[in-house]
Amino acid sequence: MRAPADIDISAGETILSIENVSLSFGGVRAIRDVSFDIKKGEVRAIIGPNGAGKTSMLNVINGFYHPQQGRITFKGQARAKMQPHDAARGGIARTFQNVALFKGMSALDNIMAGRTLKMKRGFLWQLLRVGPALNEEIAHRHRVEEIIDFLEIQAIRKVPVARLPYGLQKRVELGRALAMEPDLLLLDEPMAGMNLEEKEDMSRFIIDVNDHFGTTIALIEHDMGVVMDLSDRVVVLDHGVKIADGTPGEVKSNQNVIDAYLGVAH
Amino acid sequence: MASRVPAEADTFPKLLVRNARSFGERPAMRHKDLGIWQTLTWAQLLDDVRAYAVGLHRLGLRRGDTMAIVGANRPRLYASVMAAQVLGAVPVPVYADAVADELSYVLAHAEVRFAAVEDQEQVDKILSVSDRLPELETMVYDERRGLRDYDHARLRAMEDVIADGLKALADDPKLGAWIDDEIAAGKGSDTSIILYTSGTTGQSKGVVLSAERCIGASSDTVAFDKLTERDEALAYLPLAWVGDHYLNYAQGLVAGFCMACPESGDTAMADLREIGPTFFFAPPRTFEQMLTRVMIRMEDASFLKRRLFHYFIGVARRYGEAILNKQDVSLRGRLLYWLGNVLIYAPLKNVLGLSRVRVAYTAGEAIGPDLFSFYRSLGLNLKQLYGQTEAFLYLTAQPDGQIHADTVGPALPNVDLRIADNGEVQFKSPGMFVSYFKDDAKTRETMTPDGYVKTGDAGFFDGKTGHLKIIDRAKDVGKLKDGTLFPPKYIENKLKFYPNVREVVAYGDSRDFVAVMINIDLAAVGSWAERNNVVYGSYQELAGHPMVYDMIQKNIEETNRSLAEDKVTAGAQVRRFLILHKELDADDGEVTRTQKVRRGFVAERYAPLITALYDGSSEADISTEVTFEDGRKGVLSARVKIRDVATVPPPALGKAA
Repeated sequence: MRAPADIDISAGETILSIENVSLSFGGVRAIRDVSFDIKKGEVRAIIGPNGAGKTSMLNVINGFYHPQQGRITFKGQARAKMQPHDAARGGIARTFQNVALFKGMSALDNIMAGRTLKMKRGFLWQLLRVGPALNEEIAHRHRVEEIIDFLEIQAIRKVPVARLPYGLQKRVELGRALAMEPDLLLLDEPMAGMNLEEKEDMSRFIIDVNDHFGTTIALIEHDMGVVMDLSDRVVVLDHGVKIADGTPGEVKSNQNVIDAYLGVAH
Repeated sequence: MASRVPAEADTFPKLLVRNARSFGERPAMRHKDLGIWQTLTWAQLLDDVRAYAVGLHRLGLRRGDTMAIVGANRPRLYASVMAAQVLGAVPVPVYADAVADELSYVLAHAEVRFAAVEDQEQVDKILSVSDRLPELETMVYDERRGLRDYDHARLRAMEDVIADGLKALADDPKLGAWIDDEIAAGKGSDTSIILYTSGTTGQSKGVVLSAERCIGASSDTVAFDKLTERDEALAYLPLAWVGDHYLNYAQGLVAGFCMACPESGDTAMADLREIGPTFFFAPPRTFEQMLTRVMIRMEDASFLKRRLFHYFIGVARRYGEAILNKQDVSLRGRLLYWLGNVLIYAPLKNVLGLSRVRVAYTAGEAIGPDLFSFYRSLGLNLKQLYGQTEAFLYLTAQPDGQIHADTVGPALPNVDLRIADNGEVQFKSPGMFVSYFKDDAKTRETMTPDGYVKTGDAGFFDGKTGHLKIIDRAKDVGKLKDGTLFPPKYIENKLKFYPNVREVVAYGDSRDFVAVMINIDLAAVGSWAERNNVVYGSYQELAGHPMVYDMIQKNIEETNRSLAEDKVTAGAQVRRFLILHKELDADDGEVTRTQKVRRGFVAERYAPLITALYDGSSEADISTEVTFEDGRKGVLSARVKIRDVATVPPPALGKAA
């Protein structure tokens, strides 16, 4: 449930727009002529049954896949073939369906890694750890500590992430994405494999990130309750086609969506 | 040493002013902010508290009002307690993990008009029951996160309240003098704080404590343990518990030592290591967890390290306690212990964060003698104390050098302790409570006509040392047929200290003698069986094994010998026992969810076994319904053996005195 004092999303400016995007791998058409937009400051959910093309969509936004057709405009700039690192530099951060952390490094170091792009001093400076490089590192550490405080993971700051339970690893991954101070945060199934309590915690963090940092969030999620509670608008994909788009209430009562989830013969 | 407190400092705000004057630059509080320890000096703390009090006054807090304090150990919540006291208002701390119902009971009962809370979680909790709290006007919160969009008509951030107070103080020069007058207007006989008991026995009661009594009690213990402003403590115990208020807040203000607040509840043990306190309190459970963690990690250490560790722990067991108690120890023992300290004990204490500890206390439940001597043998000055909220936790404590695992020490200075005819411990003490808030009937019930307070605990003074031994809750203590005292929990605890014994249920009230039913500890006995080539197929089979019976019998006979040492307990030696064929389980209703045995229910369920314990038969058949983890039910039948145990004749009466 969103707080009533929220900014009026519909009036907000569009941060990302997807127009007529199609993506295929050989003969398999993963995404077919899909268009939607994400407005600044909203929580936008992408849902759909297995194999609907949700993660592919995220990978397209992220620059990991390049669609054969269509136009993607991010922060007012249409982009051609963009690489993931360009996306990161441009202000898109993401977490993964399966946790992708540096297992041997501590939670703190993993989140620090999220600051890499913000470091001005080069590799050698950082190796020496003197003067400006040291000051810079202190400033970044300060920001990272704010995130640790925000996510309430002080107790695991120095624990190698491989030793952490899954739910906490997910939280560290979110921390690393937040460390980039992104304009757009992509979350690929942030609640997958979590128990009820962990889901509630994670939901609260997502709401707080959106509220506190004003970060725009696009998330893929299977848990319908979570999606309906968290998101401002929902886009529904099925077999690579957009079948519905609107507020959670609208989507829930959409006949196409009900059919897709309950399984009608195609 | 009691003279450290000037006669006029009879309230906590006056102590705060004194500390800021005498050693204003010394640290009063530390807390970890964004991973870095920040220090607040006494002078800074006084400035904050004054501004905070002015801000609260401007919001409407007045002398005699009550203010709830809800949250974890954070400097601003301690400052809230002080600010309320500056204005002559009464702080009422509430357990942070209390559910909304408990919270609303306490807040309504204490008629709080104000609440100082930690964060959104607590604000939400109070808002959810606000219809039951018509008196509550304003809430102030420490942590802004998530609260931005809330209706701020009755809600303020502490930071803003303090800033508002600071501005008012700067604008109006007379306000500074006014707040000093407010501090001076506080009297020692004023109510300083109301602490609600945790309510394990019915609805929780508000214990009213006066400033002079709190300060009186703390001054005596500060002198007793020679605490000074150079000491440091980690404030991680629940804010609403008398232990935290007395050990940290009251002693901290009286002695002027520094309280370090942990970063969060989960980091307390890591913070302990970073802070390295000199004064430390932990319940026995915490000490046990620390030891277990060390032992598990030692198992993973290399062969050489493991050998070294176990060798020197052995050395410590032999000589450590004697050295700590300043007794005679051979030169060889001293040298070995010195070497052990360099190689093992000092590094180990460093890892645990106990390197600088001068005085450590434990209380709350019985501590296992092995666990207790383990820490003492490492050179940690661990002691036990006994008290309760009604006494401001101040009744007995063990003086340095006179330590026994099974006593809680002699009465502290100025405490008058006596044992009533029914075995109940009663006291008159400096820290004694004034009354229960709004409950005169309960107050009268708890006080004796001659002004003593009933503790509800049964105990006796140990014949040899003169120290107090607590045996059980007075209402649980029964009598054998011949009138001998029968303290079930005391006997059960003694047996439970053996690693092989997981659970014990003792019977004897209105019977001829004491008999026990035992649950073995599968992990401990199982590993013993493995080492001794004892083959078994199930818990039931292992529990019924004659060698296991032999082993448990030895444990009980040892317990009997220790029971016989005291004439009070000598009659309550165990005559017969059996080992249960199944573990007592919460799913079957035999123990509570917090693992406390439901003695009455177990007696009903195993009635045939109890009959057999007392009719002299050597075995008995029993079948009980069991509930499996998936909810299915089944029936478990067994033939359980019963054995007699040797008892020791009680000592001659003259010898014991």
